[in-house]
Amino acid sequence: MSKILIIAEHGDGRLNQSTARCVSCALQIDGAGADVLVLGDDCATVAAEAASLQGVARVLSVQRPENAAPLAAVLAPQVAALAAGYSHVLGPSTTFGKDLMPRVAALLGVAQVSDLMAVEGPRRFRRPVYAGNAIVTVEVAEGRPVVATVRTASFKPSTAGGAASIESVGSAAALPGHSRFVELRRGGGGARPDLQTARVVVSGGRGVGSEANFTLLYQLADKIGAAVGASRAAVDAGYVPNDMQVGQTGKIIAPELYLAFGISGAIQHLTGIKDAGLIVAINKDPEASIFQAADIGLVGDLFEIIPALERALG
Amino acid sequence: MQKIMVCLKRVVDYNVRIRLRPDHSGVVSDGVKMSINPFDEIALEEALRLRERGLASEVFVVSIGPSDCQQQLRTGLAMGADRAVLVEEDGEVAPLTAARAFLKLVEREQPDLVLLGKQAIDDDCNQTGQMLAALWDRPQATFASKLEVNGGSATVTREVDAGLEVIEVELPAVVTADLRLNEPRYVKLPEIMKAKKKPLETLTLGGLGVEADTSLRTLAWNEPQERQKGVMVSDVPALVAALHDKGFFN
Repeated sequence: MSKILIIAEHGDGRLNQSTARCVSCALQIDGAGADVLVLGDDCATVAAEAASLQGVARVLSVQRPENAAPLAAVLAPQVAALAAGYSHVLGPSTTFGKDLMPRVAALLGVAQVSDLMAVEGPRRFRRPVYAGNAIVTVEVAEGRPVVATVRTASFKPSTAGGAASIESVGSAAALPGHSRFVELRRGGGGARPDLQTARVVVSGGRGVGSEANFTLLYQLADKIGAAVGASRAAVDAGYVPNDMQVGQTGKIIAPELYLAFGISGAIQHLTGIKDAGLIVAINKDPEASIFQAADIGLVGDLFEIIPALERALG
Repeated sequence: MQKIMVCLKRVVDYNVRIRLRPDHSGVVSDGVKMSINPFDEIALEEALRLRERGLASEVFVVSIGPSDCQQQLRTGLAMGADRAVLVEEDGEVAPLTAARAFLKLVEREQPDLVLLGKQAIDDDCNQTGQMLAALWDRPQATFASKLEVNGGSATVTREVDAGLEVIEVELPAVVTADLRLNEPRYVKLPEIMKAKKKPLETLTLGGLGVEADTSLRTLAWNEPQERQKGVMVSDVPALVAALHDKGFFN
C-alpha cells in the first residue's frame, strides 16, 4: 500500500490548479488518495480548497512566517521532516516544484523522478527525455521513498467534492536564514486566463514581428476568452515577457485548443503543446514544421487571418 | 569573490535529432555530435563575465562522465576557464551522483559560487543544482535570468511561472542558469590552441569516495506517440467551420 504526500502550490492565497492535477496522479498510484501539505504564512483558505478536492484524505498545514514566500531552501527541510512514513512525495512540475522537490529528494538521499507523465505501477512511471523525443520507463527501488515532480499537462485536475480533515502541524525543522525573497514582478498575462490552465490558448512566434503586433493576438484572445502564449523566438526577440514562453524550457501546457500564429514549430516548442486537444497552425510558410504537428493548418498571412477570425468568432 | 566553480555536462548537441538504438536501450550516440549542455555554457559565460569585471579571480570547470568529457572541458577552457577537473565515470551518472561528486569538489575547492545550467537537454531532469545546494546546506537560486554579486551576497532574478522573482542569497551559493541570462561567446582558434596547455585534472568517483546512486532504474526507451496527421484548410471560413465541427465556439 502506498502513502502519498503532495506538496501544495499556492499564490495570492489561492491553491494552484497544479495541486489538483497531482491529486489525480496520486489516485492512479493508489486509489486511497493522498495527504496534501500546505506550507505558508496564512494557510486557511488554501488548506480549505485542498480539503475540498476529491482524492484528498488529509490536509496538513504548516503555518510559519518564514513560509510567506516559497523559498526552496526554507521549505525543503520542513517537507523532508514531514515526509517520514510516506512512500511517495509528489510536487507539480512547475517552477515551484522543480525548484523545491530535488532539494527535498537530496535531503532524503534519493533520486527524483522528473516530469512524471504516466503511472505504470506504484513505483514504475513514464517520463519524457530529450525534449519529449523519447519516453523512458523508470522504476524506483523498493524501500526508498518515491520523490517526483508531476507533469501537470498529463493529468486532469481532481474535482471538488471531497471533505478532508485539516490538521495544523508544527515543524521543528531548523530553517536557514541565508535566502531572502525580495519581490515578484508579475508577467504579461494581466487579467487574461492563466496560460497553464486555460481552455484555449492563442500563441505567437517570430512571425508576429513585433511587440506592437502582439496586440492583435491579445485582442483575439480577449474576444474568445483565451490565454496568450509565445514561442521562445518571440520571447528572445523581446515581443513578450518570459513567463509567456511555451516549450521544453518554458511552460508545458495542455489546453483544449491551441492556436499557433507565426510559429515555425521547433521541436522544443512542440514538446510544450503535445498534450493539447486540438492544435491549429497559421503560418505563411507552407514548409513550416508546425504543420506536421497541427491538427488543422492554414497557410496565409496572420495579419489578415487574425482580424477575419476575430470577426467570425466574435 | 575568489573562486567560481562551473559544472559542464557533455550532451548530444542541441541540433541533433536523436534516434533510439534498434534494441531500445538508449539513444544512438556513436558518431553523433556532442557538446556542452547549452544551459551550462550560459553558466560558464556568466562566470567568465564576473571574472572579467573583477568580481572573481578564478573560474574552474568540472564535469563527471567518461573520459570523452575532456573535449567539453577543453571547450570550456577555450572559452576562458582557468583550469578543469574531470571526475571519470563510465556508468550512468544520476543527478544525485553528480551532486555528491560536485559536493566533494566544493569541499576541496571552497568556491564562493557554483554555477551550472538549470537542466541538461538530454535527461531534462532539472535537479543537480538543487541537490548540490541541499547536500552543501547552502542557498540555491534556480532559473536565473540576472545575477548581481554584491560583496558577500548575490541578487538573482529568477524566471518563474508567475513572472520574474527576485531573491537575495548569501554566498557561497548555487545558481542555475536559464536561457536569458546571457549569450555565450564564440570560441576563437587561438583560444583553442591555448586551452590545450591549461591544466586538466582527472579524478574518479571511487577515488572521491562517492557512492553512485542506483535508486532509479531505466527499464525501457520508447518513441513518443505520434499525433494523427492533420488536415489543411484553405481559408478562414473553412477554419471556422472546422473549429465548429470540433465543438469550439458553437
